[in-house]
Amino acid sequence: MTLASDIPAQTSKRPTRLFHNLMAKIASIPMILTALVVFLGGTTWTIVYSFTGSRMLPRTNWVGFDQYERLWSSDRWIVSIKNLALYGVCSMVFTLVIAFTLAALLDRKIRFEGAFRTIFLYPFALSFVVTGLAWQWILNPDFGLQSVVRGWGWESFTFNPLNDPNTVMFGLLIAGLWQGTGLIMCIMLAGLRGIDEDIWKAARVDGIGTIKTYLVVIIPMMRPVFITSLVLIASGIIKLYDLVVAQTNGGPGISSEVPAKYVIEYMFRAQNLGQGFAASTMMLVSVVIILIPWAYLEFGGKKRG
Amino acid sequence: MKVITKLLAATALVSASAASAVELEVTHWWTSGGEAAAVSKFAEAWNATGNTWLDGAIAGSGGTARPIIISRILGGDPMAATQLNHGRQAEELIEAGLMLDLTDVAEAGGWRDIVNPPALLDSCTLDGRIYCVPINIHSAQWLWLSHDAFEKAGVEVPADWNAFVDAAPALREAGVLPLAMGQQGWQQNLAFGAITIAVAGLDAWREVTVNRNADVAAGPEYAAVFEAVADARELARGSDVQDWNQATNMVITGNAGAQLMGDWAQGEFAVAGQIEGQDYSCLPGLGLNAILDTGGDAFYFPVNRDPEITAAQKELAALLISPDVQVAFNLAKGSLPVRGDINMAAANGCMQKGLAILADGGVLPSGDQSLSADTQLQIEDLMAQFWSGDMPAGEAQAKYASIIASAD
Repeated sequence: MTLASDIPAQTSKRPTRLFHNLMAKIASIPMILTALVVFLGGTTWTIVYSFTGSRMLPRTNWVGFDQYERLWSSDRWIVSIKNLALYGVCSMVFTLVIAFTLAALLDRKIRFEGAFRTIFLYPFALSFVVTGLAWQWILNPDFGLQSVVRGWGWESFTFNPLNDPNTVMFGLLIAGLWQGTGLIMCIMLAGLRGIDEDIWKAARVDGIGTIKTYLVVIIPMMRPVFITSLVLIASGIIKLYDLVVAQTNGGPGISSEVPAKYVIEYMFRAQNLGQGFAASTMMLVSVVIILIPWAYLEFGGKKRG
Repeated sequence: MKVITKLLAATALVSASAASAVELEVTHWWTSGGEAAAVSKFAEAWNATGNTWLDGAIAGSGGTARPIIISRILGGDPMAATQLNHGRQAEELIEAGLMLDLTDVAEAGGWRDIVNPPALLDSCTLDGRIYCVPINIHSAQWLWLSHDAFEKAGVEVPADWNAFVDAAPALREAGVLPLAMGQQGWQQNLAFGAITIAVAGLDAWREVTVNRNADVAAGPEYAAVFEAVADARELARGSDVQDWNQATNMVITGNAGAQLMGDWAQGEFAVAGQIEGQDYSCLPGLGLNAILDTGGDAFYFPVNRDPEITAAQKELAALLISPDVQVAFNLAKGSLPVRGDINMAAANGCMQKGLAILADGGVLPSGDQSLSADTQLQIEDLMAQFWSGDMPAGEAQAKYASIIASAD
C-alpha cells in the first residue's frame, strides 16, 4: 500500500505502464486472481483430467483419447449436440426477430407502453424451473392447450409437442422464447431510445419509409446493442439445462437431451468424472470455435468508428 | 453460517456428552408416505436408546440425494450415517478410507450367519472388511395386474408374462392400455431387466451381468429378450405418463392391464385400499422364473474424528439389523427383511410370495451390485432410446452388447 503513494506517477521520469493507475490495479488483483485460478485454472484442470480414466474421484491414470472416442460414439451425445444446434439456431433467430419487432412496436409511442413492457419482461423474473414446469402443464394434452381448444368444440385439434420425439425441441423452444425474449426486447428498446431523433427527421425529409429506415439506418446503428444481445442469447443457449430438466427431463427417450445434462449426469449419476470432463471440454471447444473468429473480427481488425 | 453450525455442533456435543447421549445425523432419501413412516421406526428405536436421531432427509430420488451425500463426505463434512444402495456406489469412498470399518460389529453380531441372502453382506464387503449394514431387500421383477381391466376385456387374469402377451389384444379391443409404462429411463431399464430374467433365464443373465460376457449378450438368448422387449414396447404404446406411481395408478383404476414395477408399487395399491388377489395380483419373476434380485438399501457410516460418535455409529449399526427393528421397518416400507430368522407373519400376500422365494434361495444379485453406475447409466440411456423410438430389436441388442463389452 505504501508503495503506491511513494511512487506518484507525475514525479517518476518515465512512468512505466506497469505502475500506471497502480491503485486500480491493486484493487483488481482479487478479480485477476479469481479469473486466473478459478476460471483458467479450473478449465485447465478439467481438460487435463479429461484424458484420465477418473471415476468418482479424480485420478491420474492416463487413457489418452479414450473418453473422447467413447463420447463421440455415444448416441446420447450426438443427439444432445444436434438438439443444441437446432435449439441454438432457432432461439437466436427467433429471439432477435421477435424482440426487435416488439421493441420497435413499443417505440412507436403507443399508449400503456409501461404496462406492455412489464408484461413482456415479466417471464424473465421466473426461474427456468418454474417456466419449464408451467409449460409442461400448458403443453400437456390432457390438461393444457389441447384440451382447452377441444373444449371450445374443435374436437380434432391436436397439439402435443412434448410427447413426440420430432417436435419436443420446439416445445422447449416455445418456453425458452417466452422466458428470454422480454429481456432482449428491453435492451433493444433502450438501444432504440438512444437513437437521435434527428436521424428520424432526416430520414423523413429524404422520404424513406418507416420500415426501411429501421432496416437500413437504425439496425446498423444499433450494432453494439445487437452484439450484447447475441452474447446474452448465446450464453443462455450453451448453458441450457434446467429448462430441459424441469420440462421434459430429456424425454421422450433421449430426444430432448442437451450437452450440459450429459455432463452433469455422467459426472454425478454415472460417477464417471473423466467422461463428464471430456464432454464439458467439447462444450468449451465448440464455444471457442465460435468465439475466436468473432473476437478476431470484432477486436482484431481496425477500430470501427 | 458455518461458524454458527460449528458452534451449534459444539454445544450439542457438550450437552450430549453431559447426558452421555449422542446425536447422530442420518441422511437418506426416503420421503414418500410409506418410506417416511418406515424411517420413523428407526428414529424411534434409536431415540429409545437415549440417543438422538437427527433426520437429514433429502427430497428427490437417489439420483438427487447421492451426489449431495457423496459431496458432503468428500468435502470433509460427513454425516454420522447415510443411506446408499449397497453395491458399487460407495466402492471408491471405501477405498479412499472415508467409510467406517464395521467388521468388529458384524463379527459380534454374527452377521455372516443371519443375513440372508449372504450376497447382501458380500456387497458390503471389500477386501474382507465390512463397511455397511444391509437394511432391506427390494426386488424389481414383479408384474402387477389389474383384475378390473381383465374383467372389462372378458379374459382370465393371466398367470405369467406369456399369457399376458396373449391377452393383450383383447385388452386393446376393450379400450384398455395393456402395459402401463412411465416414460423414464430407469423404469424402462427396470422392465428390460425383469423381462431378461424371465425370458433368458438365470444362466444367461448371470453370464452377461456378472461375468460381462458380450458374446452371450449378442447371442440367441438375448435376441429373444430384445424381441420380447420390442413386443412389450408395442403393448405400452400410448402410455404418456411419466412417474412410476402415475403408471401404477392406471393399473389401480383399471385403465391399464398391467405394469412392470418393483415391489414398492405394493404401497400404492395398499394406499388405494385394494386387496391382493381380489383387486390386483402380483407375479414375482413375471410368473415365469421365481427369482428375485436382491437390490436394496444399506447404511454406511462415514469416518468421523470424534471417538464418541464412532462408538455411537457402531451402536446404531448393530441396532438397525436387530430383529424388532427389522420387522417394524420392513412392514412399514413393504420391503423384505435382510434376515431370515424373524417373524414376518403380519406381511400381506405379495410379501409372503417374496419371502417364500427368498427362503427357497431364488435370489440373484441386483444390477447395482454387479455393474458400475457408469455402465448402468449407459444401459438406461439405451433403453430410453429403445422404448420411445422405433429402433429394431437387433440394433438395440448390438448396442447393448457393445456396452457390456466395454463395462468395467
